[in-house]
Amino acid sequence: MITVSDLRKVYQQGSKDVVALDGVSLEVPTGKIHGIVGHSGAGKSTLVRCLTLLDQPTSGTVAVNGQELTNVSSNELRNARRRIGMVFQHANLFDSRTTEQNVAYPLELVGTPKDQVAAKVAELLELVGLTQFAKAYPSQLSGGQRQRVGIARALTTDPDVLLCDEPTSALDPKTTDEILELVKELRDRLNITVLIITHEMHVVKQACDSVSLLERGKIVETGSIEQVITNATGNLASTLLPLPGDAPRAEGSGPVLDLLYTGQQATEPVISSVARQFNTDVNVLAGSVEQLGEQQYAHLRLQLNADADLDAIVNHLTSNGIAVTVKGAK
Amino acid sequence: MDFFTPTVLKAMGTATVETLEMVVISGVITIVIGLVLGILLHVTGKGGLTPIRWMNVVLSGIIINITRSIPFAILMVSLIPFSALVVGTSIGPIAASVSLTIGTIPFFARLVETALRDVSSGKVDAALVMGSTKMQTIRKVLVPEAMPGIIAAVTTTVVTLIGYSAMAGLVGGGGLGRMAYTYGYTRYNMPIMITTIIVIVIMVQLVQIVGDLIARKVDHR
Repeated sequence: MITVSDLRKVYQQGSKDVVALDGVSLEVPTGKIHGIVGHSGAGKSTLVRCLTLLDQPTSGTVAVNGQELTNVSSNELRNARRRIGMVFQHANLFDSRTTEQNVAYPLELVGTPKDQVAAKVAELLELVGLTQFAKAYPSQLSGGQRQRVGIARALTTDPDVLLCDEPTSALDPKTTDEILELVKELRDRLNITVLIITHEMHVVKQACDSVSLLERGKIVETGSIEQVITNATGNLASTLLPLPGDAPRAEGSGPVLDLLYTGQQATEPVISSVARQFNTDVNVLAGSVEQLGEQQYAHLRLQLNADADLDAIVNHLTSNGIAVTVKGAK
Repeated sequence: MDFFTPTVLKAMGTATVETLEMVVISGVITIVIGLVLGILLHVTGKGGLTPIRWMNVVLSGIIINITRSIPFAILMVSLIPFSALVVGTSIGPIAASVSLTIGTIPFFARLVETALRDVSSGKVDAALVMGSTKMQTIRKVLVPEAMPGIIAAVTTTVVTLIGYSAMAGLVGGGGLGRMAYTYGYTRYNMPIMITTIIVIVIMVQLVQIVGDLIARKVDHR
């Protein structure tokens, strides 16, 4: 479990103070994968540097399994850091070392006996499926393989938390999915807590149990995937489940509704039930239905007849657990 | 071929040995001190591992930049009393090594600093995040990752030293520089002059070839 409370980071830029993190609080339970999304400049990089204490936060705390990492001496800090394994966007492997030497690095630092190192490295390479590349140098590996080495190296110290900073942003779509699958598999096998910082919604959809949206140094929205997707007023719903292309503007004069729903509702004939019950026509302007993890999610844009009883229909939909926003009424 | 009397051949051999002596002595000391200085320059610099402003200003601005702005011929002459103080004599290859070392350390230190700067900050971050001390980061990450650049810097420095050693020969250092001067310039003995040039060219080529070979061996980028 990782707990971040009220993390603030203020940089001095000339005589001006720049607030990069403005009170970020977050808790990820053990064994869960949490995504943090945000545009560039939202404070993602600063957050990563503060979580690993590469930068000292101005105030606030970071704790792993209840043990605080902030406010410790530099000696304790080095040990504390070993409880968070970090995966970088460009893997940041050491080019002068082979795969196995890269993975062994964290153990080398604390003078672990050679046979123990060899056993641990073999186990980790097996875990990420790179046993046959043990003697290869990073330059001889593909981007995806390099990232696998990076993940193995991050796991060498048996950390409680795996912090991934844009782990797939430099990879092609197929490799991205392979790496995300690996992360999920590792989570299942090691029951490790994973925090993924990314700007790619695809990563959130593919791997995360929950997600937070970071904007101007603040978390403006957070929750499980189901919660944020069915939150019609949030920003994450429409970015996670966007309508295809430019959803056409309504031509008629009837009200336009955006529907967000999940699970059972997604499999029920919502539209025809509205049409039947309220004796009106329903026109589907755009829609997307996706399976994320175990759940099915739908985002539909509907247009009703101008004379339809809008309030009653909205009430009916809401009582069925569907999040509704009225777009262009009348 | 009657220029190459036994005396001349013997002088040529001695001169070659003297040149090698100067290059090896000053080379080894330059590499050891220059490497430390280059690392200090890098880690105390802005954005380095331990930025220490005053130290960086002293090292970079005062020591290195001033030493490097003095032309080597002048530096060498001005250091003659100092050499006498350090090694007890102002002539011979050992005395010349003192000024050669002082003249090349700043040059080598700058090259090392540049090589270290080429190591991406992401690798340093990775090392720190995994719990490395600053010393471990320098020894196990910064220097090994910069090794191809450092080897190239050593090669360039040794080649420069061969050139400087010829100059040092003129003010009492001996070696091939002295040989070329006495036989080639004062006696206008062209064949001997050309022979010294050939010996020096071979030396430089050997250093370059060996240097490139080692650089390629340690470069896994």
